[in-house]
Amino acid sequence: MNFFQIFVEAISWIAILGGCAFMLVGAIGALRFPDFWTRIHAVSVADSAGMLLLTLGMCIQGGFTLVTVKLIIIGVFLFITGPTATHAVANAAMVSGFLPKGADEFRKPKIAHDAKTRKLKAKKKSPLKGGL
Amino acid sequence: MFQTIVATLGLAALWLLMSGLYKPLIFILGIISVFLAIFIIRRMDKVDDHKLGYDIGIFSTAKYLLWLMVEIAKSNWAVTKTILSGKAPDSQKMFEVHVTQKSEIAQVIFANSITLTPGTVTVESEDDNFVVHALDFDDGDMGALTDMDEHVTAIETKNVGAVK
Repeated sequence: MNFFQIFVEAISWIAILGGCAFMLVGAIGALRFPDFWTRIHAVSVADSAGMLLLTLGMCIQGGFTLVTVKLIIIGVFLFITGPTATHAVANAAMVSGFLPKGADEFRKPKIAHDAKTRKLKAKKKSPLKGGL
Repeated sequence: MFQTIVATLGLAALWLLMSGLYKPLIFILGIISVFLAIFIIRRMDKVDDHKLGYDIGIFSTAKYLLWLMVEIAKSNWAVTKTILSGKAPDSQKMFEVHVTQKSEIAQVIFANSITLTPGTVTVESEDDNFVVHALDFDDGDMGALTDMDEHVTAIETKNVGAVK
C-alpha cells in the first residue's frame, strides 16, 4: 500500500464519517426541535450534506467500477427528489392551514364551493355511502 | 422524432448500466420495457401538448452547481451549529422572494436550490414570488436569496421562450 492509496482511503473515510455525523445531527435536530416547521430544516441537513458526503465516500471506495456509476446515479436522483419531497410536505402543511407563528398573511382564503363541487368532494371522502 | 431516439438510447444505456445481467431472456425483457416506456411517453405527450424546454446552458449550469455546493456547505454548518447549540430556534419566519427567471426549468432549479440549502424551504410558488420559510431569519438572508436568484438567472440562455 503506497502513500497515494492511503491518501485516497483516508479521504473516503473522512467523507463517510462526516456524512454519518451530519445524518446524526439531522436526527438529533428532528427529535429536539419544537415544532413541524423547524424540524423540516433539521431533516434537510441529513438530506443534503449527509447524503452527498456518504455517496462521495462510497464512490471513492468503489473506485472506477460499475458500482460507482450506480452510486452517482443514486446521488443525482436523491439530489433532485430530496428537496422536491421536502417541498411537497411543507406545501401540504401550508395548504391545510398549518402555519408557523406570525405567518397569517400567507393563509389561503377558504373557498366557498358550489353545490355540485361539494357533492363531489363528499363522494370522494366516503365513496361507498349510499352505493351499496 | 429526434427526442424519441435520444430517449430510447438513454433508457437503453440506463438499463444496461443497471441490469448487469446479459442472458437472452433478460435482454429481451429489457428491450420490451424500453419500448413500452417510450410508447407511454409518446402517448402522454399527445395528451398534454406541453413541450418541455431546456433553456439553460451546460457550462453555466456546471459552474452554478459548484457555487451551490459551497452554499450548501456554508448553510449546513450554520444549521448544524443551531441544532447542537441546544436552544430552540425562535426567529423562524415566512417571507416572499422575488423570482426573475423566465423559463420553468430555471424556476424549478431556483426553488429546489432554496430547499436544498438547509435553513430555508420553498413552501409555495406564486406567479413571480416564492414563499420561503427560514429557520433562523436575519437581514442577511434576504440578500443571500437575491444573490442566488441572480446566479440562477445567469444560467438561462438568452432566447427563453423562443421555442414555445
